[in-house]
Amino acid sequence: MSLSVTSEEVTTRVGAICDGLAGLEGPLLPILHEVQEEFGFIPEGALQTIAKKLNLSRAEVHGVASFYHDFRTEKPGRHVIKICRAEACQAMGADELGNHAKRKLKVDWSETTANHNVTLEPVFCLGLCACAPAAMVDGKVVGRVSKDRLDHILNEVES
Amino acid sequence: MTIKIYVPLDSGSVALGADDVAKAIAAEAIKRDEDIKIIRNGSFGMYWLEPMIEVETPRGRLAYGPVAPEDVNSLFDAGFLKGGEHKRYLGHTQDIPFLKGQTRLTFQRCGIIDPVSLEDYRANDGLKGLENALKMTDAEIVKAVTDSGLRGRGGAGFPTGIKWNTVREAKGEQKYIVCNADEGDSGTFADRMIMEGEPFVLIEGMIIAGLATGATKGYVYTRSEYPTAIDVMNEAMEVARAAGVLGDNILGSGKTFDMEVRMGAGAYVCGEETSLLNSMEGKRGVVRAKPPLPALEGFMARPTVVNNVISLCSVPVILEKGAEYYRDFGMGRSRGTIPIQIAGNVKHGGLYETAFGLTLGEIVDQIGGGTASGRPVRAVQVGGPLGAYFPRSLFDTPFDYEEFAKRDGLIGHAGIVVFDDSVDLMKQARFAMEFCAIESCGKCTPCRIGAVRGVETVDKIAKGEEPEAQIELLHDLCDTMKFGSLCALGGFTPYPVLSALTHFPEDFKPHGLDIAAE
Repeated sequence: MSLSVTSEEVTTRVGAICDGLAGLEGPLLPILHEVQEEFGFIPEGALQTIAKKLNLSRAEVHGVASFYHDFRTEKPGRHVIKICRAEACQAMGADELGNHAKRKLKVDWSETTANHNVTLEPVFCLGLCACAPAAMVDGKVVGRVSKDRLDHILNEVES
Repeated sequence: MTIKIYVPLDSGSVALGADDVAKAIAAEAIKRDEDIKIIRNGSFGMYWLEPMIEVETPRGRLAYGPVAPEDVNSLFDAGFLKGGEHKRYLGHTQDIPFLKGQTRLTFQRCGIIDPVSLEDYRANDGLKGLENALKMTDAEIVKAVTDSGLRGRGGAGFPTGIKWNTVREAKGEQKYIVCNADEGDSGTFADRMIMEGEPFVLIEGMIIAGLATGATKGYVYTRSEYPTAIDVMNEAMEVARAAGVLGDNILGSGKTFDMEVRMGAGAYVCGEETSLLNSMEGKRGVVRAKPPLPALEGFMARPTVVNNVISLCSVPVILEKGAEYYRDFGMGRSRGTIPIQIAGNVKHGGLYETAFGLTLGEIVDQIGGGTASGRPVRAVQVGGPLGAYFPRSLFDTPFDYEEFAKRDGLIGHAGIVVFDDSVDLMKQARFAMEFCAIESCGKCTPCRIGAVRGVETVDKIAKGEEPEAQIELLHDLCDTMKFGSLCALGGFTPYPVLSALTHFPEDFKPHGLDIAAE
């Protein structure tokens, strides 16, 4: 994967995504998801292309992309760790776990480590409430995450 | 003969290592030259036993759990393929007390069948409800659902049959069935479990809803946090299409219904039906004012049924066994069964489907077995982040829509989060406000501004800045949010806050809050 993409590439690849999904009823969210899947985030230049393809204003597309927590405007770290902050996980020590992760990684929520290796994100419920506290590491779910387990995960993603 | 081994694909089970267990079993079987077939099934919902594996033997399905990859070798040594004795042996799955005590109508096949095998589904009475519905008129189907007493399981408790009738009578070339699978409430996972473990029952329920209302297109709007549920639903829909269950000739009847899965993008408020519809249309997930009702002007301004997953999944059994059969379970105006999800700091966490009417105490202390930490239960939050905190003194409350309302609570989507005595209810009240501030769609002022002020007010109490005046202000603020908000997010955030204040006033004293705030 190249580190940077040219604006022409963004236009071409986003255009192709739009063409593939434009037939759906309400295609914008599926398009944004696929753009993020393609680039890891929503590149600035993508908004204009999507707007043109869907006959919307760029502001409307920006409004939608910025409304939803999932859509990123910056490239995330090589690994994304989401830790649940919701009540069921709180009851099993999620606050402490979150603080532990922040201390270890030296980041706050929604930040990426200086070496661009790990992005730490809060999530409000993964539906794993009976095996709390829960986390998602690069899309994989993990339950009953103790501090030790988290340290193990952090070691793995750092190696 | 090939021996069938069941290892759940359920996210909860996978989060506890089920994939590794499945791999270890497959590898060990090759090494030992054993002829086995691993079936990835749904979970029975007993998460303290997950990963729970089962072996099909002449004696029936026998369970072992919780199984770690390290146990696999010794399981083979113990002859688990023939049901051999082992420290993880649990006996017949259906005899495990937690499962035996349940009345499984909606979840009757979850865990039992291969989720994407239509043959398995049919062999276990699947599609019988749909077959009956195809012989009925639209009005007869609606009547059956109305007579069953089924109410919306998403939390609002609105009678499903009445909603369907409004859409049935609405005029429109194109009508829709939208399944609200945006299960964002902490403490709930019933939608996820059934989509992962028994997707055909949701497909069947949606087709029946289509037949009853004249809708030919359905959407399942679910969460990006539920990737496995999305994969299983998509695979099941393909199987259903290939078998002529979905498409333009449903089971040879000449009737049409097809559906799609749509993925949300991490906005809690999209669980609110009008916000969900906006999101599906590709807009910001902002709440719409009602009227117009979605039943008349919903998705793309066309007549739309918006039902929760569990409501739709309860329809096939009603059509199969009759309205009376379903209605005979339950109490008062809460008819049928409810899949209660017991979560948080609890010993036996999981899904327990039962008729309405058990008391909160029975659910938490007996079924849930108290806390996982072994400390006393101090509070339980019922109904997600917008539900009230109940103290032990209210544990005699029966699980019923009206009984909970009488005590200033709600059952919501039937999730119960258990907390032990280390919980700080002022911190929980603050979190309720913080969560509302993070997730507010911004459309109405009481929610957008009120939640921010709520956090500040609790912080002032914590710091000891005129705590008594702040508590009064908090009550006032909650009143404004409750009566002035457009939807349940702002309108119900006062439930956890006020219940914490009312039942646990001793926590609202100046003290440090250990918070993991953003």
